[in-house]
Amino acid sequence: MKEILSGNEAIARGAFEAGCLVACAYPGTPSTEILENTIRYKEINSSWAPNEKVALEVAIGASFGGGRALCTMKHVGVNVAADPLFTLAYTGVRGGLVLVVADDPEMHSSQNEQDSRNYARFAKVPMLEPSDSQECKEFTRLAFELSEQYDMPVMLRSCTRISHGKSIVDLGERVTGLPLPKLEKNPAKLVMLPGNARVRHPLVEASLQKLSADASSMVINRSELRDSSIGIITSGVCYQYVREVMPNASTLKLGMVNPLPYELIREFASQVDKLYIVEELDPFIEQQVRAMGINAIGKELISLCGELTPGRLRSAFGLPQPEAAPAEKLPGRPPNMCPGCPHRGVFFALNQLKAYVTGDIGCYTLGFMPPLSAMDTCVCMGASIGMATGVTKVVSAEEKKKVVAVIGDSTFLHTGINGLMDMVYNNSPATVVILDNSITAMTGRQDNPASGFTLMDDPANAINIPLLCKSLGVKNIRIVNPLDLEETRRVLAEEMERPETSVIITNKPCVLIKRDDVFQKGPVYAVDSEKCTGCRACLKIGCPAIEWRPAGDGSKKGKAYIDPLLCTGCDVCRQLCKFDAIGSR
Amino acid sequence: MNEQITNVLLVGVGGQGILLASEILSEAAMLAGYDVKKSEIHGMSQRGGSVVSHVRYGKQVFSPIVPEGEGDILFGFELMETCRSLPLLKPGGTVVANDLKISPPSVLMGQELYPEGLVERIKARFPDFLLLDGQQMAGSAGNVRAANTVLLGAVSRKLDIAEQHWMKALEKMVPSKALDVNRKAFQLGRDYK
Ligand SMILES: Cc1ncc(C[n+]2csc(CCOP(=O)(O)OP(=O)(O)O)c2C)c(N)n1
Repeated sequence: MKEILSGNEAIARGAFEAGCLVACAYPGTPSTEILENTIRYKEINSSWAPNEKVALEVAIGASFGGGRALCTMKHVGVNVAADPLFTLAYTGVRGGLVLVVADDPEMHSSQNEQDSRNYARFAKVPMLEPSDSQECKEFTRLAFELSEQYDMPVMLRSCTRISHGKSIVDLGERVTGLPLPKLEKNPAKLVMLPGNARVRHPLVEASLQKLSADASSMVINRSELRDSSIGIITSGVCYQYVREVMPNASTLKLGMVNPLPYELIREFASQVDKLYIVEELDPFIEQQVRAMGINAIGKELISLCGELTPGRLRSAFGLPQPEAAPAEKLPGRPPNMCPGCPHRGVFFALNQLKAYVTGDIGCYTLGFMPPLSAMDTCVCMGASIGMATGVTKVVSAEEKKKVVAVIGDSTFLHTGINGLMDMVYNNSPATVVILDNSITAMTGRQDNPASGFTLMDDPANAINIPLLCKSLGVKNIRIVNPLDLEETRRVLAEEMERPETSVIITNKPCVLIKRDDVFQKGPVYAVDSEKCTGCRACLKIGCPAIEWRPAGDGSKKGKAYIDPLLCTGCDVCRQLCKFDAIGSR
Repeated sequence: MNEQITNVLLVGVGGQGILLASEILSEAAMLAGYDVKKSEIHGMSQRGGSVVSHVRYGKQVFSPIVPEGEGDILFGFELMETCRSLPLLKPGGTVVANDLKISPPSVLMGQELYPEGLVERIKARFPDFLLLDGQQMAGSAGNVRAANTVLLGAVSRKLDIAEQHWMKALEKMVPSKALDVNRKAFQLGRDYK
């Protein structure tokens, strides 16, 4: 049967067909939908972990127990999971273990565009790279087989265009007859103390060498000879752009990017006059090909930054571009917090208090944008708290009071807890705001250990965040309603003044939350145009439901208007109106 | 069957249902026997940012994104976004647009005006231009929320995919209780001159 599947759906399908028993992940664009699709297969136990390190450890445990296990994450997730990954390479696996990592060249929704292929090489782990959804499915199956055959974890690298692109996939059946999981002790292989690890490391090197030799005859590494004047080595989505733009060029399509099939590369290089490497981001293949003593052109033509497109590839090779209409000058349309979003009031207050805000990653990072403009740093998940501690170590006593860390519930549980531990332990006077909207909103509203539900939608323990903070030693814990501007501002001001660590936790849910009993829409608000003086105070919160309607006489005058279809009745704008012009209809 | 690749761009604002429309189009193309690829960026689509979805079909499709300047049809759900994506179209390409304006943040906040004369600007460059009031037509089909389906119906006339495949795709992708309205909405768009 044929279906149109996204790369992520196809990876989930591939795991199902491969007999995978456990899938574990922490969400992250563009990888999130893989686990949201493994839940369609009841044979797979799928779960969200609090972070990528735990997710990989769960998969490792499942593999050591004898089951096939899948772990998925976005590229930066591997930074968090790197510790277990590097030693997993030494232990190898029992049940096949596949780690899917989805890169984001162009940073469509990421803070950097690191190239995960380097991790495969650095950690000494094989890596496959599919070029469309059909290959996503097939390569996932193959990755499980290779993992067991070579006793190594196998990484599968996707990217935004593969994970979120859709194409036609031929579905297959789930394999049967895999050995049943069962405890089995094998300390020499699984206990990585120096004595054991010293024995394992040479085995890893030998396996990689064998795999590289075997890879030259694997069908996923495919030499396609056409016009022999140009030969292009490429992989992943770049292969599609090469075929689109230079249909006559000979190509060596690599399905495995680590280790490289040296023999096949040498043979291909000898069959073409001029050799090019087409790859996004780092010169990963190029440097290795050059180290083989083969002359190849790559990054001289293709940027180290951003993603490739057919047009960019055409200009890299000096090919003619089709004539296109010039870009129109138009107002931009950046994303915005939703109408009624409980994060908005907090940033409004932080802006008024002129706080120095060490920020974090989530929907609330949009608090950086005008008119709220109340975020001063954003580095990686969990960084806000440690960085606030660091800032207070160097600035004057008066400036210390301005330092506020802002972090979401999912991010706090991901890697924020350790930062708070340190803040209390080392007695930083900074203030931490935990924006608890009861969900992981940014990546599409996933449940987390404080939301009360699992990925499978079963009820679960919900972490009590105030109690957790208390047990870390925080003495000043305040709960605020972020939709009450006066309360939020007052509590923030009080805690910023305090010369000890304090934590403020907001208590209103995300407006997009899926369970209908959690978020309730209030009565819709409207502007009384008789009373509206056009002072623009309500525009300062940047709510998409509020629109400035110019008088139309060319003057700066006008009035505010609330779109009844968008308003959630959060009441925040009413609190800003000094003229009592806003109220429920 | 047409052997050439057909390149369709669906553009608008996050939350307008563009992804569903492009799914229906892809499904119909597959049912018609074509190879199909579709691509878009999900990340921020829920938060009111610009959304561009690429659908390509034909004998064999390589790139998942439409090569710049090779779009055959631009299918716009919102006027400013339609205008923004014109550089993706080939000269002489077709534009089917919804007569709807959604103000971006800078306009909502009174810092800029929503640009004037967009329809004329589009028409000047791409004479093969069809403008519809999707909301109003969907309303007459029974539900304003089926505006996308009206537009899809209008686009369907320009594509080499038989009506039966569109109907099958609608049946598959639209929830059964909304199916009747959507069929009607599709037909209204398809019959619009
Ligand atoms: C290491 C890492 N993993 C995953 C992500 C993707 N990501 C960005 S923000 C976020 C979660 C945000 O949730 P929360 O902190 O609850 O804030 P909300 O979006 O709900 O406001 C995730 C998973 C990332 N940027 N880095």
